[in-house]
Amino acid sequence: MTYAIEVDEVHKRYGDVHAVRGLSFQVEQGEFFGLLGPNGAGKSTLINMASGLVRASSGHIRIQGHDVERDYRQARRQIGVVPQEVVFDPFFTVREALELQLGYMGLARTPEQQAWLDELLDVLDLQGKANSRVKALSGGMKRRVLIAQALVHRPPVVVLDEPTAGVDVELRQILWRFAQQLHADGHTIVLTTHYLEEAESLCDRIAIINHGELQALESKRELINRHPYRLLNLWFDGDVSLPSALEGKRVAGQQSDGRTTLKLHKTQDNIGDVIEQLRGQGAVIQDLETDSPGLEEVFIEMTQRPHKQSQQGGEQ
Amino acid sequence: MSEFSNALGFYTLFRKECRRFLRVAVQTVLTPVLTSMLYLAVFAQVLADRVQVYDGIGYVQFLVPGLVMMTVIQNAYANSSSSLIQSKMNGSLNFLLVSPISAGEIFAAYLTASIVRGAMVGAGVLCVALLFVDLPLSHPWAVILGVILSSALLAALGMVAGIWGEQFEQMAVFQNFIIMPLSFLSGVFYSIHSLPDWWRQLSHFNPFFYTVDAFRYGFLGHSDIDPSISFSVMAVSLLLVGGLAWAMLARGYKIRE
Repeated sequence: MTYAIEVDEVHKRYGDVHAVRGLSFQVEQGEFFGLLGPNGAGKSTLINMASGLVRASSGHIRIQGHDVERDYRQARRQIGVVPQEVVFDPFFTVREALELQLGYMGLARTPEQQAWLDELLDVLDLQGKANSRVKALSGGMKRRVLIAQALVHRPPVVVLDEPTAGVDVELRQILWRFAQQLHADGHTIVLTTHYLEEAESLCDRIAIINHGELQALESKRELINRHPYRLLNLWFDGDVSLPSALEGKRVAGQQSDGRTTLKLHKTQDNIGDVIEQLRGQGAVIQDLETDSPGLEEVFIEMTQRPHKQSQQGGEQ
Repeated sequence: MSEFSNALGFYTLFRKECRRFLRVAVQTVLTPVLTSMLYLAVFAQVLADRVQVYDGIGYVQFLVPGLVMMTVIQNAYANSSSSLIQSKMNGSLNFLLVSPISAGEIFAAYLTASIVRGAMVGAGVLCVALLFVDLPLSHPWAVILGVILSSALLAALGMVAGIWGEQFEQMAVFQNFIIMPLSFLSGVFYSIHSLPDWWRQLSHFNPFFYTVDAFRYGFLGHSDIDPSISFSVMAVSLLLVGGLAWAMLARGYKIRE
């Protein structure tokens, strides 16, 4: 089976800095794949290696089965990357920028290709700016141009490297609708984002990278289930002192709405038993609710773990 | 996989590079023509009646081919070096680097676009100069070959500088401390036979001297050294510098790191 992206024991070193440490994983055809990690985790380095902007120190990356080094022409025709940074050529208009990218890709300006460029301009609401120089556009508009440039050759694999960083809510909504449409049309989407609720709502599988290493690669549901806790919010009638067995489970800090929050283990703590203990203490419960953790809690827990090599004084 | 299988990619980059300098033609074409005309006016006024380099050839006739060649090499160098450093600084080089274009295709596109700019500006200087001076055309092949080899050599040197440079200031150092002095000391304004022996010997280590001397031979039929030597030096220099630029692109030196 040919994977959309296959990362095989990839390392990247910048002098003494070991930015990517032996990453290996695969992205399946047609997946909406999330690549998460804190700043400096190695996400963009990995994406840049996949797109050809950066050379791996060792290991292999294949796009649709094509090695990005040995078979770079085919590999680059299979992938479109929307970069994190807003970059543009100040000499050219929006339409010219798209036509240039089409030419670099080795594609002639046939009526069919022109129709596709027009469609991109329409979908991204750029038609009115097609003959404006890119440098004259707002930051959000420039980002739309980058998306169009990444898609001129209709790549089966689309990588969105934090495409919504710094954009307003309206544009973010447009971008996500567009990403979902691409996915529905059969494109494989790889997304990095700092907005975890977006990854949670959009992605099928999620990889978490930290310190250049793979911390987790699971379906979204499995990943969230990794967090073995749920939160129990309670509202008491009057002041209540918790039994000592429950005091250790209290989430620190008093909420402004008077709630007390307990962090309970999903399998070890039975909510019925907890309520019985509280009643035995004379507590009168006015209201209660349970809250399951989301991706954010899992992400924080996984990325805040101490790093083995840094603890041992290894290379950073 | 062939190094030259994406012909459309090469042509697109070539065309883009030409459009880039034509979009700012006042700066990239008209200004160097005007500057050369100022040199011509000043030096012709001061030296026209005092210096005769070759028998039967006036100083202004001697000067014009040198000025044209100086303009050609400076502009061919400026084209590739400034384009590369600008696109590195503003990030637009990435559009090229993620495309299925080989190092050879990138090299060829920057090289040919720089030859076009060098030839265009050189032709501009020549056309204006011909309004004021009659110039023989003894060996047209030497004129054409001289423009192509010299602008290709300087375009390759500009690529090396543009790939190596990380800031505009580094490019200015390269331009002002290497390209400018070597072009001014290449025999544009004098014959090396009029120089002290040590300076004349030193001139033979200046590759720009060969570009000017061979080009002048094409017009005047006279040269300081055998033109076959000049063309050989240019060709070998182009192979070396061009090979270096190509290797830097192929390795991704300072651009894919």
